[in-house]
Amino acid sequence: MNTRLAKVLVNGLLCGAALVALLPLLWMLSVSFMAPGEASSLPPPLLPAHATLANYRELFAHAGMGRYLLNSLLVSSAITALSLACNLMAGYAFAKLRFAGRERLFQALIGALVIPAQVAMLPLFLLLKYIGLVNSYAGVIVPGMATIFGIYLVRQYARGIPDELLEAARIDGAGEWRIFTLIVLPLLKPIIVTLAIFSFLAAWNDFMWPLIVLTGQEHYTLPIALASLAREHAQDSELMMAGSVVTVMPVLLLFLSLQRYYLEGLLLGSVKG
Amino acid sequence: MSFRRSRRWRSAALLIGALAGLCACSRPHDDGQTLTLWAMGREGEVVAQLMPAFERAHPGIHVEVQQLPWKVAHQKLLTAFAGNTTPDVAQLGNTWIAELDALHALEPLQPYVAHSRVVQPADYFPGIWATNVIDGTLYGVPWYVDTRLLFYRRDLLHAAGFDAPPRDWAEWSRQMATLQVHDGGGRYAILLPTNEFEQLLSLALQQDEPLLRDGGRYGNFESAGFKRALAFYVGMFQQHQAPLVANTEVSNPWTEFGRGVYAFYLSGAWNIGEFRRRLPAAQQGDWATAPLPGPHGTGTGIAGGSSLVIFRASPHKAQAWLLIEYLSQPQVQQQFYELLGDMPPRRASWQGKALRDDPAAQAFREQLERVKPTPAVPEWERIVTEMQLVAARAAHGEVTVDQAAAEIDRRTDAILEKRRWMLDHHRGNR
Amino acid sequence: MSARRTAWWFLSPALLVLGLFFVLPVIAALALSLTDYDLYALADIRNLRFVALQNYWDLLHRPLFWSALGNTFYFVAVGVPLSIGASLASALLLNSPLARIKPFFRTALFAPVVTTVVAVAVIWRYLFNTKYGLVNYGLAELGIHPIDWLDDPHWAMPTIIAFAVWKNFGYNMIIILAGLQAIPADLYEAARIDGASAPRQFWHITLPMLKPTMLMVAILTVAGYFQLFAEPYVMTEGGPLQSTISVLYLMYEDGFKWWNLGVASAVAFLLFVIIFVVTMLLLKLARRGEQVDGASP
Repeated sequence: MNTRLAKVLVNGLLCGAALVALLPLLWMLSVSFMAPGEASSLPPPLLPAHATLANYRELFAHAGMGRYLLNSLLVSSAITALSLACNLMAGYAFAKLRFAGRERLFQALIGALVIPAQVAMLPLFLLLKYIGLVNSYAGVIVPGMATIFGIYLVRQYARGIPDELLEAARIDGAGEWRIFTLIVLPLLKPIIVTLAIFSFLAAWNDFMWPLIVLTGQEHYTLPIALASLAREHAQDSELMMAGSVVTVMPVLLLFLSLQRYYLEGLLLGSVKG
Repeated sequence: MSFRRSRRWRSAALLIGALAGLCACSRPHDDGQTLTLWAMGREGEVVAQLMPAFERAHPGIHVEVQQLPWKVAHQKLLTAFAGNTTPDVAQLGNTWIAELDALHALEPLQPYVAHSRVVQPADYFPGIWATNVIDGTLYGVPWYVDTRLLFYRRDLLHAAGFDAPPRDWAEWSRQMATLQVHDGGGRYAILLPTNEFEQLLSLALQQDEPLLRDGGRYGNFESAGFKRALAFYVGMFQQHQAPLVANTEVSNPWTEFGRGVYAFYLSGAWNIGEFRRRLPAAQQGDWATAPLPGPHGTGTGIAGGSSLVIFRASPHKAQAWLLIEYLSQPQVQQQFYELLGDMPPRRASWQGKALRDDPAAQAFREQLERVKPTPAVPEWERIVTEMQLVAARAAHGEVTVDQAAAEIDRRTDAILEKRRWMLDHHRGNR
Repeated sequence: MSARRTAWWFLSPALLVLGLFFVLPVIAALALSLTDYDLYALADIRNLRFVALQNYWDLLHRPLFWSALGNTFYFVAVGVPLSIGASLASALLLNSPLARIKPFFRTALFAPVVTTVVAVAVIWRYLFNTKYGLVNYGLAELGIHPIDWLDDPHWAMPTIIAFAVWKNFGYNMIIILAGLQAIPADLYEAARIDGASAPRQFWHITLPMLKPTMLMVAILTVAGYFQLFAEPYVMTEGGPLQSTISVLYLMYEDGFKWWNLGVASAVAFLLFVIIFVVTMLLLKLARRGEQVDGASP
């Protein structure tokens, strides 16, 4: 009897929490299909009277949403691919290759994690200005090409690769690059997927740096475009919700389809702070 | 060995190639024919409608209009300068010209004007033209103008026994005092929102003394002239002729003006359209505009508005000048006025029917002949913000006029510290 | 080819990127904060002056800096405990053997984490709209007067805190859940045999065993919450009456709106120092707690 009550309580609370977590997202979806002005009435409607795609049409036809979507895809994919390459090589080196000062260098990197990225932003802007990368895709991509977190993640995982495997390959005369591409990378596949999702999501959702370095709207990524739309079209809630859907949905779907990898990475990354 | 090396090199080359590709696609395609024009707010929307005619007249030039919201325009311009991404042509609030010139961001326009048959300096209102001249060099061509003057309730003035709007401060004070005795209780003679600097600034510009001294090195707010203006301004609050409110608390100044809460309202040209739209037809005969009263007879006003500038970094300066010339043609300016209500900066453009026959606009026409520019220092925007913050405290009675004037000078001198240092250390640079 | 050379080859791309685009700028930021680098200096480097600690000194005498600091501490001091509390509660629920369809609940509760801050902040702006917002409508049904969530200086920060809790609690929930699952079951078994009630088990087994996890979660969350920026940028633009201006927002405005890069760098460094000190204090506190714990049994 007592257990049944507890069961109802536990599951009831979980249902409530899930509702709170999902309601804003469901509401966003619903309002995005409402006719302009419909959401601003009393009582606030929960579902559209007549579902319409007008907001999406408006977004893509007049607000340039297609361009921003492509920008976001391009920038996030480039950051993902390039940072994967850099982080995998470095993480593997820290885990498996011996060189003088390895531990000290790694400790220094971990120590640098306490520095907030924003400290670097002001001089970084000046640096990119002199290289000529302000207001370009490269301006967003270049600083994200390697991350300490990513190197750490790869190192943690790569330490599990048995040394004998690598030694055997070396004795067989395989070069280091060959060992890396043919033996190590296949073994790192799970962490590659994990890191790829992490990098992609982080790049997609990034706000402050693109806001600073992208000065012209032709290069805007979705979050920047959405923030600027929100300042101009504050009263058009239906349009803004459609914009939010376009921004949120790709990453949400990506997460849902590869959830297992994402959560594993999250735990792996937090084992040691 | 060599195999391995080449693989490694190839991967490095791939990385570099990818980066180079990214840089390459970031550069705008340069065909020498596309002009970028930045314009703010409604001007940005409307100017785009004028572009097809320009492009027809100049085949081969394509104009890309980017519209900047007013709220972020100042920041966007500075960011564009900081990031070397300035446009070819831009609309610039004329108080920002000094700021961008200090950054060496603007192209001197004198050589262009000298050979132009369209842009005739003598045809422009002199006070407005002067806002574009910094240290003797011309950096902008006025596009549209704005100034602050009096909107007044003709019927209320008449009921109080006055048949004409005031011409000088003494008459103005008399009228306000009478109106205030007449009404009282929730009604006021005049609306002066305490967080808008334009009203006090208008009064201050009517004085003989400049607002900054020693070539813009120090504030001159303790001069007798500024104190006179400040005392007159503060007096309107202390005698309860003006309510102590910020414009965020005035939800709808137009209907309040219509209801007679205020008999005078010191504001700009855009409000002609607002009053015509928002007040009922029966009331349209009750309001009118008048030039600003001065300390001794009709006074001067602020030389406000926007100019068109060419950025120094533009690779298409000749085409950019063609665009400025096009937008300076009287018939194009008349079209612009009809689309938007922005008043043209040159007398020829005022010959159009829409402007010539508009009595509300004529007061502006008269005032525009007597407008004075604000000090052309880059720090002016910050100085005038501080001026109003202190003046609002004086209006609230927290400080006296003398204390307020001293405080404004103190803050201004602090803001100008870097300017003084630069002027003193490398005079040769500028 | 020596192993050492190989290692550096593998390291060089990442180290180059991090060195050029992170380490170098951080050092430059320190140097910048000792100068009056502004728009004039951007136009002509000869307009640059070394001002030593003047920027820091001026900041300490600037009311807006203190209110930004106050707002940020408010956000951290209230937001972090609420966030971790929500994470712990939901992790406990998910860990309960009584819970059904756990994968669904876990995904649902985690979903806000992966969403884009800007997009969901926009949603919240409408949900908390004074007139048409769903929240005030719901409150009105309960007989509560509408609240000016984002336009009232007293309510704007609490609204942003509620948003941050909603957006972030799922992250720590997953970590805490893993921590809970790592607690050996026989500990509970023994306690049950001793007749310990559920609250006592929670107090004497769960919490002590979770302590390292909680400490790590707390440090990460504190450091993250000090970097408040996008939420006020989208939801309130720092208002009303500057009640939601955070330190980072101040840095952004000083640096990228007015281009006083020297001052903004000083702001950034002060923020860094504050985060560092607070983190160290947390660590020290935890270590002292550990020593006391170690002595007690």
